[in-house]
Amino acid sequence: MRYAETGFNLEIDLTRGSIERVATDPKETELYLGGLGTNAKILWDRVPPEVEAFSPDNLLIFAAGLLCGTPATGCNRTIVSTISPQTKLMAFSMMGGFWAPELKYAGYDKVIFRGKSPSLVYLWINNDKVEIRDASHLQGKGAVETGELIRQELNEPKAQVAAIGLAGENRVYFASIEQGHSSASRGGIGAVMGDKGLKAIAVRGTGDINIARPDEFLELCNEVLEYIKIREEKPIPGVMPILARLGSPQEMKIHDEKWHTESFMWGNSRHRRRDFWTEEVEKEWTETMENAQKRLISCYNCSLECAATISIPGIPTYMMKCFSKLTFTMAAMSDLDFGLKIAQRATEYGVDAFSTPQVMAFALELYENGILTDNDMPGLPPDNEERFYWLLDRIVRREGIGDVLANGTYWAAKEIGKGAEEYAHNNIKKHEQMPLKLSMLNPIYFLMYSTGEKINITQIEGQFPQMPFPTREEREEFVKDWFQVPDEKFKQYFLDWELRGENSFPYYPTVEMCCDIVDWQERMHYIDDALGMCAGLSSFPLKPPYHIHNYPKFISSGAGIDMDEARLTQAVKRYRTLVRAVNIRRGMRRKDDKPPENHWKKRFPELEKKLLDEYYKLKGWNNEGIPTKESLHELGLDYVSEDFIKRGILEDSEDIPSKEISSNTAQK
Amino acid sequence: MGEKKKKIVKVIKVDLDKCNGCRACEVACSAFHASPKYSSNNPARSRIRVIHDPLRDVYVPIRAGDYTPAECTGRHIYTINGKEYDECSFCGVSCPSRDVFKEPDSGLPLKCDMCESDPPLVEPMCVQWCLADALTYEEREEEVEEEEKREEMEIGLESLAKKYGLQKIIDTIARMSMSKKGL
Repeated sequence: MRYAETGFNLEIDLTRGSIERVATDPKETELYLGGLGTNAKILWDRVPPEVEAFSPDNLLIFAAGLLCGTPATGCNRTIVSTISPQTKLMAFSMMGGFWAPELKYAGYDKVIFRGKSPSLVYLWINNDKVEIRDASHLQGKGAVETGELIRQELNEPKAQVAAIGLAGENRVYFASIEQGHSSASRGGIGAVMGDKGLKAIAVRGTGDINIARPDEFLELCNEVLEYIKIREEKPIPGVMPILARLGSPQEMKIHDEKWHTESFMWGNSRHRRRDFWTEEVEKEWTETMENAQKRLISCYNCSLECAATISIPGIPTYMMKCFSKLTFTMAAMSDLDFGLKIAQRATEYGVDAFSTPQVMAFALELYENGILTDNDMPGLPPDNEERFYWLLDRIVRREGIGDVLANGTYWAAKEIGKGAEEYAHNNIKKHEQMPLKLSMLNPIYFLMYSTGEKINITQIEGQFPQMPFPTREEREEFVKDWFQVPDEKFKQYFLDWELRGENSFPYYPTVEMCCDIVDWQERMHYIDDALGMCAGLSSFPLKPPYHIHNYPKFISSGAGIDMDEARLTQAVKRYRTLVRAVNIRRGMRRKDDKPPENHWKKRFPELEKKLLDEYYKLKGWNNEGIPTKESLHELGLDYVSEDFIKRGILEDSEDIPSKEISSNTAQK
Repeated sequence: MGEKKKKIVKVIKVDLDKCNGCRACEVACSAFHASPKYSSNNPARSRIRVIHDPLRDVYVPIRAGDYTPAECTGRHIYTINGKEYDECSFCGVSCPSRDVFKEPDSGLPLKCDMCESDPPLVEPMCVQWCLADALTYEEREEEVEEEEKREEMEIGLESLAKKYGLQKIIDTIARMSMSKKGL
């Protein structure tokens, strides 16, 4: 009997219309855990580097994490993995909500799509009965609307539906997959889904999910619930309000947005507005939010209420959470009312709320600077806010200039030319980043921005405070009950950290400390992404209920796999390295591991080189960022080094240090 | 004459305004009632289900009551403060008209037993796991008169006596027994 997992994947060939239920190997679970880990293995095995995002041979994998559907609070995430049309690298995007547990109850751990459907279809998974159904009548329908329509036509009010909107259908490079109030947004996974002719996946499951050691597991769950209550009663002093509690940044519940509006950039990640959050603005935005919010709502088996139903007169009711509250507002230099209204349309179109506002602001900057002209944008309205609606409508339909912009700022800039590339200034690996431009180099964040494989800062940061607390007393107070640290040394790193002086940026935390800190933070995200745990209860907030000390017990008692901290750390290192390997094989190298040029005003090239050198060593990678033969062997990934050697990515010799041979196996 | 007896009345209070649709109650309930306890979970087996429609702001946790072999003659749809709730939202009966409150495999009815167990739980599982406080638990004591259970016949006769008067009943019975004797 399999515990926690179901032991079965669905393999769907959309070209042929075939459906297979395939038993999985429990050994793979032990080695790669599940979710992102086993997704990476599948992509390594079955998607060679020559395969592009829109090839029928690209796979689109929907995975429920290993512990999804067990009683573990907050474990409800779907991990979607594929090759990104924008970055040409592995994309993985997560969404919470209700879909992954339902897939597990239906009896499946993953749904793996290959090929392309000749016509628009949706998949209906109803326990043992799985059908590919015609979706031509759903063409053009909103992503959330599609869910409602499918539930009605199947007469299954309890079915969970993940769907794309018009943007995905038209293969917009930042198209998302929406499901209720949740969204797998980034990396262009929605485009791949649209490219495959797949409009939606509906799932209904009424089966059991089994636990290996029930009493032990439930006791761990109850401890988590108790700690959540404690943490919710005592927000962390000294951090910004939206990050002081658990869950996603509580931007629906909390109206104080001083930090975001004054520290982050407005427009095309261009303008800092240091005095923006006045009493007047606070009053106005609080009123807007209070009037718009109908109810605070939660994902499956988690009571943190990170999302909200938004109901504004004249606009269909929809749901929202987190930073999408502000991204449109800030890109358009507008107000919250505008942001909430345009977000409804963006949600139904199914677009990523990080990239989309930046792409639109980028287009308008080009227009203001004469690089795009009235010829390129015929009919562009004079009103600022109307321009954003105008651009959005054209991007999702790939109409006119929309067709260029739909590929994201990097590719659009290349196509537009005439100096446009200067304006696409906020990308890492061709992918839009947080709108932030700061002053002093932050060495921890330098490493995270440079090497994070998800290419999104929010999915690698979290466990270590972003800034030191001003006084030693406050720092001592903080570390008193900081039991989540994997090692006491992290407490010392934080205690000795000052805002100014010797022990401050950029040379403190030291290179070695930064490597430790980043490695820990990244590790927690990777565990979450294999187990299907929401980062809001684990890798993202400070002092979370799930951490390196109780995670092995959850995995042991839940899935029945022998696990302790060392083995878990090793397993994570294994599949994290595998993700790296997939990208290395696709042509990624050290020169790609860097933040946007202007992310910090004060850069320190020597220090940055040292940071990357040391971090690569810690990870077991050579100077080009390629996992070495030795470290691959240590992780049981000899099949990777064999492949690398065959392709000339690594040299096959114990004597000489592995160095890169100019690889032209994969196109960039 | 009946004696006074003390009865514990158990109540689960449901605050529809506080429910956030997380359905942790369904997970906890189905896990508790698994055999062995906690060895599995399955919302389809839960004795509490949340009727959940976020776009219409419908959030109704409802607990499984008794079983009926036949559905009501005429279903119920309630509108409260302008909000229309789903058909039969507030009914906890295990009924042929819908799928809830039945085991998904056998179809056998499910009924909430307030997590009866030995030793007893402080609160039922659904209440324990509802961090939104949409479900809260109360107990109160009531005094009830212990009545002797009357038989059908006695109830029937009493009803006739009320309608026709006791003397008429007596006369009718006398007449009936006379005519029987004659045969």
